[in-house]
Amino acid sequence: MFGKLTFQAIPYHNPITMGAVVGAMLLGIIILVLITYFRKWPYLWNEWLTSLDPKRIGIMYIILALVMLLRGFSDAIMMRAQQALAVGASQGYLPPDHFNQIFGAHGSIMIVFMAMPFLTGLMNIVVPQQIGSRDVAFPFMNAVSLWLTAAGALLVMTSLGIGEFSKAGWSGYAPLTERQYSPGTGVDYWIWSFQIAGAASLMSGINFLVTILKMRAPGMKLMRMPMFVWTTLVTNVLMIFAFPVLTVALLLITLDRYLGMHFFTNGLGGNMMMYTNLFWIWGHPEVYIVILPAFGIFSEVVATFSRKRLFGYTSLVYATVAIMVLSFCVWLHHFFTMGAGPNVNIAFGISTMLIAVPTGVKIFNWLFTMYRGRIRFTTPMYWTLAFISTFALGGMAGVLLSVPPADFVLHNSLFLIAHFHNMLIPGTLFGFFAGYAYWFPKAFGFPLSEKWGKRAFWCWLIGFYLAFIPLYILGFMGMPRRMQHYENPAWHPYLIVAAVGTAVISVGILCLMMQLFVSIRERHARRDMTGDPWDGRTLEWATASPPAVYNFAVIPVVQDVDAFWDMKERDVAYQQPTKYHDIRMPKSTAKGLLTGGFTFLFGFSMVWYIWWLAVLSALGIVFMVINRACDDNTEYVISAGEVEKIENERYRLLASAAANRAAEGV
Amino acid sequence: MATDVSTIDTIYSEGTEHSKTIEIQAFGFWIYLMTDLVLFSAIFASHAVLAHNYAAGPTGKDLFNLPYTFGETMVLLFSSATCGLAMLTLQKGRKAQVLLWLAITFFLGLGFIAMEIKEFYQMIQNGHGPEKSAFLSAFFTLVGTHGVHVTFGLIWMATMMGQAAIKGLTMPVRSRLVRFSMFWHFLDIIWIGIFTFVYLMGVM
Repeated sequence: MFGKLTFQAIPYHNPITMGAVVGAMLLGIIILVLITYFRKWPYLWNEWLTSLDPKRIGIMYIILALVMLLRGFSDAIMMRAQQALAVGASQGYLPPDHFNQIFGAHGSIMIVFMAMPFLTGLMNIVVPQQIGSRDVAFPFMNAVSLWLTAAGALLVMTSLGIGEFSKAGWSGYAPLTERQYSPGTGVDYWIWSFQIAGAASLMSGINFLVTILKMRAPGMKLMRMPMFVWTTLVTNVLMIFAFPVLTVALLLITLDRYLGMHFFTNGLGGNMMMYTNLFWIWGHPEVYIVILPAFGIFSEVVATFSRKRLFGYTSLVYATVAIMVLSFCVWLHHFFTMGAGPNVNIAFGISTMLIAVPTGVKIFNWLFTMYRGRIRFTTPMYWTLAFISTFALGGMAGVLLSVPPADFVLHNSLFLIAHFHNMLIPGTLFGFFAGYAYWFPKAFGFPLSEKWGKRAFWCWLIGFYLAFIPLYILGFMGMPRRMQHYENPAWHPYLIVAAVGTAVISVGILCLMMQLFVSIRERHARRDMTGDPWDGRTLEWATASPPAVYNFAVIPVVQDVDAFWDMKERDVAYQQPTKYHDIRMPKSTAKGLLTGGFTFLFGFSMVWYIWWLAVLSALGIVFMVINRACDDNTEYVISAGEVEKIENERYRLLASAAANRAAEGV
Repeated sequence: MATDVSTIDTIYSEGTEHSKTIEIQAFGFWIYLMTDLVLFSAIFASHAVLAHNYAAGPTGKDLFNLPYTFGETMVLLFSSATCGLAMLTLQKGRKAQVLLWLAITFFLGLGFIAMEIKEFYQMIQNGHGPEKSAFLSAFFTLVGTHGVHVTFGLIWMATMMGQAAIKGLTMPVRSRLVRFSMFWHFLDIIWIGIFTFVYLMGVM
């Protein structure tokens, strides 16, 4: 009846896991009780859970990303604490079985359930507004993407309390992930959560590619698109080409595990290195998928806060496109030690080094944008400045690793861990934090506290250096990655420093929470009535904050790269149109949420071999799709009169903001 | 200049809005087909890597019955032709003929799937299932993935026949049928790849 699922699957004998499970459940129950107490269920259901508004969907994506950031970061603290303790006679507090699950969960969560939802969320909030559009191309598919991502994340969280997570690392190398070596359900949780989230990302990629190519405001030629739109476009192309390969890699390992096939097994003709190749054909583009949008954010932030046009816009576009092409030509550098021979390794080594060229171009673009600019040192600018210097350091470590002989020495050592965290934390995470602070007033109508933002920044920056510079040194000292226990006492001091660094970062996370709390408390005093708190340059600042559901009552006409700046220069930015038209928008629907629910059930029942439930939930998914496909009545009309009412209110706010400014004598 | 921010009436007015939507949907579907193509290329590549890893088991020469597979191919190609005829009658707005051609397409697709299942069943009955060697794993997965696609195509076709019968050939129904035909032809192209690389080269 319940497949492999019994009460034995609940790890009640493990106090650490049970503590986390009980804590997470208590938190969940408190939130549910609060929602019920304040009677917010109808609001939550009507305005959020069933919404097809990309701005709402984007906010829900980012909430998911921040929750998963907390989970992934707890894993990081646990690993650092274990390695700070487990030297010589001490075994630390985590048995190998548990430690192995933690590093797998940390990597899986941070890439697929933190970075991906964060960037998809920012894309959702910002891209339609930046291109002067009211919506994305496929609003319903957008909701399905969100709820599939959430279903995948829920599957990972479920593995905490029911069963276990994969002990084979986030990359799940074969043959360790084969049934023979990993008979438990951990690998299955990893497979299905990745498979579901991967499908969601693929749909987002298609959705935003079509949105950007087909729904730009008149006058916005490709070379007039904001930099964030360009990087998103390139990321979407990468998603479209890379994610199907992940789907295949996971499908083949699934067939090996569930039907006893021989794709990656040791015997009967299987080829385990084929898995490694397939995984990294997705995996390497994936790191550019998460980092390129961050490059776009930095570009927007630098231009806005230097009050200058982005330096070398065209070269930045070409550099981004060059990275898109090159990112598919380097996957083998993840396993130079496979034994492909010197010629193959040299080819991939050179292509890897080549990526440093367009990236270097970008660094100079940002530096020259700031040169002679009137720089305002806001929180997003802090993140950007720290990114430029820190990222250059990590990039140099990367060029070192791209030399195959050097890689043979440093492969699988902590040097590699230091390198990619040095790319992904300043590159991706700092970029998303910059975007979070930069676009928060757009999404919610009030800016975040600068004071707490800067405190968070300093903790993250100092904590980052403390946590990862020792890992570079340890790599040179020969310490391998993923060690639950080690004998060499010379490594110990460095691991203590790294643990201290993680503690400093956790203070940074507390500051981010405090920032959110303080800013929400002061939201009325902080209210931005203009919609343009930073004196922005691109079209998202032309809408109200928060924007009306339709973003633009009248679709703007674009004449320049910095479209909104150009309108302000020409004094046409705030002209109220004389006449409004009816606007058609997609109706809310619960079908996206239900599809996500069925998908979660499907993943869960596949993990536990509950075949009847797997069939039922698969039928549920098919039914939802057919049901939606037969629905011809998916839009509603906002009448011209209503639009006028909403817009009049906006112009009233704008006028009072202008009066306030005049009164302050600015 | 006030005209700078004026409405672009032409784009967002009623008449053209519809054709714009249809264009966007067709373009999105093209992109989806390309992702499916990437998916199939990865499986084709895996098959190419494992194509000769027989693990002392049977080879393609031992297993494949080319005349039978050729018949299968013909059935699928004919279904593509009848699907094309359905599209031609769709342009003329003849609902009964559209339904007729779709029904023929459906039964040809069903026949293809039945032939494929029979082939799989016989191989497994004879002890040549996908767990016997890497070559067989790759064979069953590649051909099977195509078969699953055709099956979803059949479900889609049945849904669309229902929609066309009940709602008539409305704009949304037409645009969905056009996308369905893109999908169906795409599966044909994939099958030609499979017939060439798996079956023809497998018996060489």
